[in-house]
Amino acid sequence: MARTVLNQADITRALTRISHEILESNRGADNLVILGIPTRGVVLAQRIAETIRRIEPAATGVRVGSLDVTMYRDDLAHTRTRTPSRTHVPGSIEGATVVLVDDVLYSGRTIRAALDALGDHGRPTVVRLAVLVDRGHRELPIRADFVGKNLPSSTDERINLHLLEVDGDEFVSIDGGDGPAHVGAENEDAS
Amino acid sequence: MRHLLSTKDMSRDDAITLLDIAEDMADVADREVKKLPTLRGKTVVNLFFEDSTRTRISFEAAAKRLSADVINFSAKGSSVSKGESLKDTAQTLAAMGADAVVIRHPASGAPHVLAESGWIDAGIINAGDGMHEHPTQALLDAFTIRRRLHQGGARGKGLDGVTVTIVGDILHSRVARSNVWLLTTLGAHVTFVAPPTLLPMDLTGWPAEVGFDLDAAIDSGPDVVMMLRIQLERMNAAFFPNSREYSRRWGLDDERFARLAPTSIVMHPGPMNRGLEISSAAADSAGSTVREQVANGVSVRMAALYLLLSGDREDS
Amino acid sequence: MSSERAASTRYLIRGATLPDGTGTDLVLADGRITELGSGLSSAGASVIDAAGLIALPGLVDLHTHLREPGFEQSETILTGSRAAAIGGFTSVFAMANTSPVQDTAGVVEQVLALGERAGYVTVQPIGAVTVGLAGERLAELGAMAASRARVRVFSDDGFCVSDPLLMRRALEYVKAFDGVVAQHAQEPRLTEKAQMNEGALSGELGLTGWPAVAEESIIARDVLLAEHVGSRLHVCHVSTAGSVDVIRWAKARGINVTAEATPHHLLLTEDLVVGYDARFKVNPPLRRREDVEALRAGLADGTIDIVATDHAPHPVESKDCEWDAAANGMVGLESALSVVHAAVVAGGQLDWSDIARVLSATPARIGRVNGQGQGLVVGAPAELTLYDPSASRVFDREDLAGKGVNSPYLTMTLPGRVHATFHRGYATVLDGMLRPIAEIAAHGENDRG
Repeated sequence: MARTVLNQADITRALTRISHEILESNRGADNLVILGIPTRGVVLAQRIAETIRRIEPAATGVRVGSLDVTMYRDDLAHTRTRTPSRTHVPGSIEGATVVLVDDVLYSGRTIRAALDALGDHGRPTVVRLAVLVDRGHRELPIRADFVGKNLPSSTDERINLHLLEVDGDEFVSIDGGDGPAHVGAENEDAS
Repeated sequence: MRHLLSTKDMSRDDAITLLDIAEDMADVADREVKKLPTLRGKTVVNLFFEDSTRTRISFEAAAKRLSADVINFSAKGSSVSKGESLKDTAQTLAAMGADAVVIRHPASGAPHVLAESGWIDAGIINAGDGMHEHPTQALLDAFTIRRRLHQGGARGKGLDGVTVTIVGDILHSRVARSNVWLLTTLGAHVTFVAPPTLLPMDLTGWPAEVGFDLDAAIDSGPDVVMMLRIQLERMNAAFFPNSREYSRRWGLDDERFARLAPTSIVMHPGPMNRGLEISSAAADSAGSTVREQVANGVSVRMAALYLLLSGDREDS
Repeated sequence: MSSERAASTRYLIRGATLPDGTGTDLVLADGRITELGSGLSSAGASVIDAAGLIALPGLVDLHTHLREPGFEQSETILTGSRAAAIGGFTSVFAMANTSPVQDTAGVVEQVLALGERAGYVTVQPIGAVTVGLAGERLAELGAMAASRARVRVFSDDGFCVSDPLLMRRALEYVKAFDGVVAQHAQEPRLTEKAQMNEGALSGELGLTGWPAVAEESIIARDVLLAEHVGSRLHVCHVSTAGSVDVIRWAKARGINVTAEATPHHLLLTEDLVVGYDARFKVNPPLRRREDVEALRAGLADGTIDIVATDHAPHPVESKDCEWDAAANGMVGLESALSVVHAAVVAGGQLDWSDIARVLSATPARIGRVNGQGQGLVVGAPAELTLYDPSASRVFDREDLAGKGVNSPYLTMTLPGRVHATFHRGYATVLDGMLRPIAEIAAHGENDRG
């Protein structure tokens, strides 16, 4: 049985808070590049960028794009062939503050791949990480700077994260760990 | 994708996926670092039993941009008659740990034999086999047409309704064969124009219309005219009388080129015989994609190598 | 002759079915069929229960490549003879493309002697038409005819005698000793670098075509030459519908022409080339379904006189390679009867009497070989095979007895199985197994001694 832990309003509130935190830590929107990791991270990045523009209408400098990490993964030989998604880096990231946005943070391998991918586009001054859900179980020394919700979970549980633009509805839920094991079915790799 | 041997058995979805990935690969060329780490630790062997510097360096660039190790194995001169068989060569490459073999061979079907033989477990890419197929050439041609027609919005699209006229030595051309299957799968309409001697005797089952008259074909206003290289040694085998007559009847000369619509695309797989099958004015025109085809070749081959070498082997 | 020896050569075959469908016992003794009828005495005889088995006269193959001398890595006269025996054959005609070529009396006599020493079948050498198969000068046809090998069939098989004047002279010359020229009909210029049947499929696969007209035009020329000079012509491995038409026309005109079709051309089509598996590479190539149908009809109406195997063994490396580099040819002796069964008997176009005709009587007559093709009658040489038509098997390498494994039928299910073969009254195959080499060689020795 899936148990809903965030509804649509919760998600909106969390993204609004994250947007404020980003502005605060960056001391405004100057030189800010928000890059979502496909598929749902891109949606979240766009929403964060919109929120920032709404909070600070003068912040015209905020840029938003997407960063696909498929070609940088370390598990390409072990899973089905993945079809890459579009990468769109808006302008130069040289000297910018880049905020990477993903839906669920789990092992940290996607973010490792994203950092490598980002490096091939240029050298930002600062890279931050924003995620909607952090479910723990890191396999690499990576942590998020901005977190919508910490959801401690067991590895045989499954986190479902739906967004309107992608799925037609919107919530975060957990499937219990007593059913069939979802080994490796981490959401951050399901895109 | 286990192997890439021909376009005949390629589905529309698979072809479009490959072309879309090639778009992503083309974007890499515009970046600060023009290289991806994707195939680090993989070994790609270019096994060429025929000289083709252009195709070889295109595959080499593609593999290197994906960080694969590349071994060039020129087997010309080590044919069966000189003692080294395809089988021995394949087993040598298997022992060296090749993950993918890009093979160019003068015998039709040699890549197929390599893939089916059990001599080697590597993924096989056909880089041109005899008079049979040259699938990556057709894919780069399709990619080039799609980009010209749709620019940035090419992803996900086929070539529905596009009219393509392929002119020249269809009989001996692996490029024509791979193109007729792929372009048709993608929704294009293909017409062959050639002297009757340079067409296969029986075209039953080929999804192409056939004509002998290039002027009529030009006047029908094709979206794409693809000129094939004519080998001059064909004259000696009585396929046509001489280069002058060939050029006059089946060459894209200035006068015919002028009659094409300004939006028409002029293609040639290279290397060109300027003044024979294509005039310099046509080859160097804004409608010509000759140089784009070369650049796109690298992107398409990157996509093919990626699809071949990523993913679980058992899975495909 | 000791009584033990007599016992070993006397056989009672009980309850066999003759080609015409009647049941009978047969007694074989002293190298001949001595009795036919029901309830024959088993006294002093080895009894073979032939219930459900068809007794066919020993099969005669007018077209076999035994490869010896010269290509012993592919086949030897001994191994090829064993392949023949397990296929139900009691005589094979050994094609001339050996090394040295069978173009002199010395070489054909050597082949004859090696066949006698092996003892499994009668090996009847074919002589080359031209010196070295080069198509330039006539070989010593008369010397080969007058040799101990008594050559009557002359062929440059593998190559066409394409020079019309040379062909005319050969046809004329062999009249002196009742010979026949067996032509490999292939116009050389029309088949340069040819790899498979020319048609839609060759275009798609990018393989150079071998057009039907290259065969038909040579047959047309040759039947007219044979008519002009009043000679006997035999056409090897007819493969196209057009060729059948030309031969039918020639026969209607009274031209003295005979023709053969191979088992593979009666069963297999060019579609098998699609996977570029070189086991299916053969010359002439596998053709279209329409050609297969025309050959079957031609065999049924007598236009095609015989079936001959064109058994062509090759070493593994000659087939384990890309299509262009692969050798032409298939082994066929071991599978011939089953393949013909599947191709023309199962569908009712030929019955077992027809099989006795096209695989024994007629090829023996065309080749003028002694002691063969005389049928299952009292007094005839004891040359016969017992065939189980109800058997079925997935054909595999275990079914091949020669050196070559280049069979197109591997993994295919084929009907029937040869149960026993008798040559000169002794068994070369019993219970579906070849008899040992030494045993057969001893029989051969006794026969000659």
